[in-house]
Amino acid sequence: MSPGTSPASPYRLLGGRIPYVEGPLKVTGTAEYTDDIHRSGTLVGRVLRSPWAHARILSIDTSEARAVPGVAAIITGEQYPTPFGVLPITHDETMLAVGKVRYIGDMIAAVATIDEPTAERALGKIRIETEPLPEFSDPRTGLTPVPEPIHERGLLGSNIQKQVLQHFGDVDAALARAAVTVRVRGQFAGVTHAFTEPLVTIAEATPDGRLTVWSATQVPHYLHRTLHEVLGIPMHRIRVIKPEVGGGFGGKSDPLPHELACAALSIATGRPVKMLFDREEVFYTNHGRHPTQNDVRIAAEADGTLLAYDIDTIIEGGAWSSFGTVTTYYNGVLAMGPYRVPNFRYRGRRVYTNKPPSGAMRAHGGTNIRYAVEVGLDELAERLAMDPFDLRERNALPPHSTTVNQFRITSTSFKACLRAVRERSGWSSKFRRLPYGQGIGLGCGFYISGSNSPIHFTPKMPQSTVHLKADMDGGIAVHCMQADIGQGSNTLMAAIVAEVLGVDLERVHVQRVDSDVSPIDLGSYSSRVTFMMGNAARRAAEAMRGQLVDAAAGLLGYPAEQLEVVHERIQVRHRPEIGVDFLAALHRAMETRGALQSSGAYTAPPMGGTFKGARAGTAPAYSFAAYVAEVDVDPETGVYRPSRVWAAFDCGRPLNRLAVEGQIEGSIHMGLGQLMGEAMEYRGTRLMNPSLLDYKIPMPGQMPEIEVLLVGEDDPEGPFGAKEAGEGPLVAILPAVANAIYDAVGVRCPTVPITPDRLLKAIDARRAGPRPWKGG
Amino acid sequence: MSTRTVPIRFQLNGLPVERSIPPERILLDLIRDELRLTGTKRGCDLGTCGCCTVLLDGTPVLSCLTLAARADGRSVTTIEGIMTGGRLHPVQAAFVECGATQCGFCTPGFVLTAVALLRENPHPDRATIVRAISGNLCRCTGYTKIVRAIERASEVAP
Repeated sequence: MSPGTSPASPYRLLGGRIPYVEGPLKVTGTAEYTDDIHRSGTLVGRVLRSPWAHARILSIDTSEARAVPGVAAIITGEQYPTPFGVLPITHDETMLAVGKVRYIGDMIAAVATIDEPTAERALGKIRIETEPLPEFSDPRTGLTPVPEPIHERGLLGSNIQKQVLQHFGDVDAALARAAVTVRVRGQFAGVTHAFTEPLVTIAEATPDGRLTVWSATQVPHYLHRTLHEVLGIPMHRIRVIKPEVGGGFGGKSDPLPHELACAALSIATGRPVKMLFDREEVFYTNHGRHPTQNDVRIAAEADGTLLAYDIDTIIEGGAWSSFGTVTTYYNGVLAMGPYRVPNFRYRGRRVYTNKPPSGAMRAHGGTNIRYAVEVGLDELAERLAMDPFDLRERNALPPHSTTVNQFRITSTSFKACLRAVRERSGWSSKFRRLPYGQGIGLGCGFYISGSNSPIHFTPKMPQSTVHLKADMDGGIAVHCMQADIGQGSNTLMAAIVAEVLGVDLERVHVQRVDSDVSPIDLGSYSSRVTFMMGNAARRAAEAMRGQLVDAAAGLLGYPAEQLEVVHERIQVRHRPEIGVDFLAALHRAMETRGALQSSGAYTAPPMGGTFKGARAGTAPAYSFAAYVAEVDVDPETGVYRPSRVWAAFDCGRPLNRLAVEGQIEGSIHMGLGQLMGEAMEYRGTRLMNPSLLDYKIPMPGQMPEIEVLLVGEDDPEGPFGAKEAGEGPLVAILPAVANAIYDAVGVRCPTVPITPDRLLKAIDARRAGPRPWKGG
Repeated sequence: MSTRTVPIRFQLNGLPVERSIPPERILLDLIRDELRLTGTKRGCDLGTCGCCTVLLDGTPVLSCLTLAARADGRSVTTIEGIMTGGRLHPVQAAFVECGATQCGFCTPGFVLTAVALLRENPHPDRATIVRAISGNLCRCTGYTKIVRAIERASEVAP
């Protein structure tokens, strides 16, 4: 078997290339996104944003604005003071500013009006008196007590939102006895999701006392809970609907204040309200990847055996906590894997600043620290005169092992990933052998396949539940609150159900997420959907299959255990000519109970240590990756281009190869964007590039040729052996290209993005030095 | 704001449209908000993302940067006008088959751009395809499967 080909799949559908079930709707413009929904009588909702980075609000006068004809409602922060936030332990946001504003773009007031121009006029007539407060644009200035912290909850009067201190083994002793130690100090600019669909919400309060909210969200359940908490309405009177979502990548996973404000405006007016953000407002909402400063020391023995990681990280939180407590842990603990690291020390600090909030973005918390580690290992290999592959092979975590911080590793095909890309890329004939300006590099990855620790307020509830209903028409309706945001989870859910029931895919109808009928799934974050929803869907389908087989047994006069389910048919295993088709079995089963219904659920097993923060980073499985990139660098300009990428990924058994490839290719795009140029650029506290013109994501011509190699083996607990493929594929590309740049021109760039001007400076410095690289 | 209106007549997906519009009306607003053809997407309002692409006399234009009055006397094709006889256009079929949609928000723009390209040049090479779609942004796919889908459509074209 050559890498990248699969063994013959034992399944009828799973393991193949399954086109997305909603594809025909998306290519024809028929798919319905939130802004495509029209409710009659809808008012325009708009928000007033702060032009001040940090200021105390002395007064807000809306009287003039209220007098503008066409204004239906104006709301301000004191009316809705209940704090909220995605993590129950850090509720530090309010729907609209209360007492002070904390960043340029912070929401102060919201209006509902008959049209856009009226909203503009009304917003312009809201009078606000403020008193300026000291601004914090650099997290380092907030590490010690300050006169006016951004939030009262800052650690000891500082702007530190969260501090994590962890130490396993004895790092100082390991450093003292190490044969070689490398240190990587890296700076990372903040980057943002840049999903194509802007944020948008429609809320409709109706005379029956209910509230319906349609929103571009990837976690409908947390929105549902937060609407309940902030607005004080029982959850069963709130209905959250998730239409198609035009990309999320983490940016639509927090419950966002405009979703609450839109609902409040609808309640205030008794009319539907739509709040559609323009692109600039999307940038202010942000919740993108944290600007990060890493200081990482890696120690090893002379044979390359890793001894210790010593990591000190400062991440910049912006104005709110968001997912930040998790991010603070992840920036340390996700350095674990794919290698065995016996001694580990981590200090992580997340600091509030007066900037748009940072939050969760694809490969949350794992991207920047992975870059530092993988660049450090490349340097370590160089210092030890080892091949980078050999260094990694030597240290690879074996299957069914435990890390020093008590992560439970089950399946890993990391070594197979290494072997696949080493062979396919022609590594041995290229590494350090390409001419000056051309290079090849290796970067590896490790990521959680679903957070074991749900952000959940009643932890005994399953993390995912799937309901099925089959009625006499032979169609099977699937209900689940998992959020397809383009990754293909609806297709996967339908395929799992069809696989288990033996029916054609077109019989299975995935229903839109609607909290009135969809059972709870915690949504699309932490790469949890395939693993958790997949297991729940499999169990639900197996339960329904049991009902169908029992009915068939009654029809055929054979015991159920002698029957098997094949394509659209249930038959006797040893006499396959005796059987009934799916519809006959379904109709027989319905005679006594009506439509068939079944339910399946998934809860992750207990795992992890008992120390403070032990659950952060625990997951029922982990994905692994090894990427090789080739890059061409122009040493005269610093312009570089990754030309080819070999991406070996271990997602266990890939259940839909089309979708897994799509996740890997898309992750490479997003990772290259962060490495090569994307940056939230600030002058002080002011965001300077809040548009897709000035914040540039890679264009078609900037993409390398990608060869995807799927080399995983079945995971013991994943559905049909599968693990995640949504986030892990991102982390390896950044260090692979950075290490290829080193191979090309002999320089390392600790500051990301590696822009041509930064690279050129480093190249010029190296060329001016005593040791030219590869004759350059 | 002006209260003056101008009359325009154009073909929209093969059917005549007559409207009186303010001269500053943007084509995207006319199509999406007034005529309620919501397949044309609003992604950035600045002409950077390409999600609002429509065909004006067969040529891709960014409808968020196009005055509606420019459509007067011309033909406008949106994503809703690409299927014929209830069948997917070969470009649409290839996008489905190749997995070139993920979130799908950019898809209408890419499909229209590709349809226009293949009308001009039924068998473009990869570099030509990449150049043709360089006005459209996609954040999900890395463009790989989009390029593949357009190649696939060109293979099945006569």
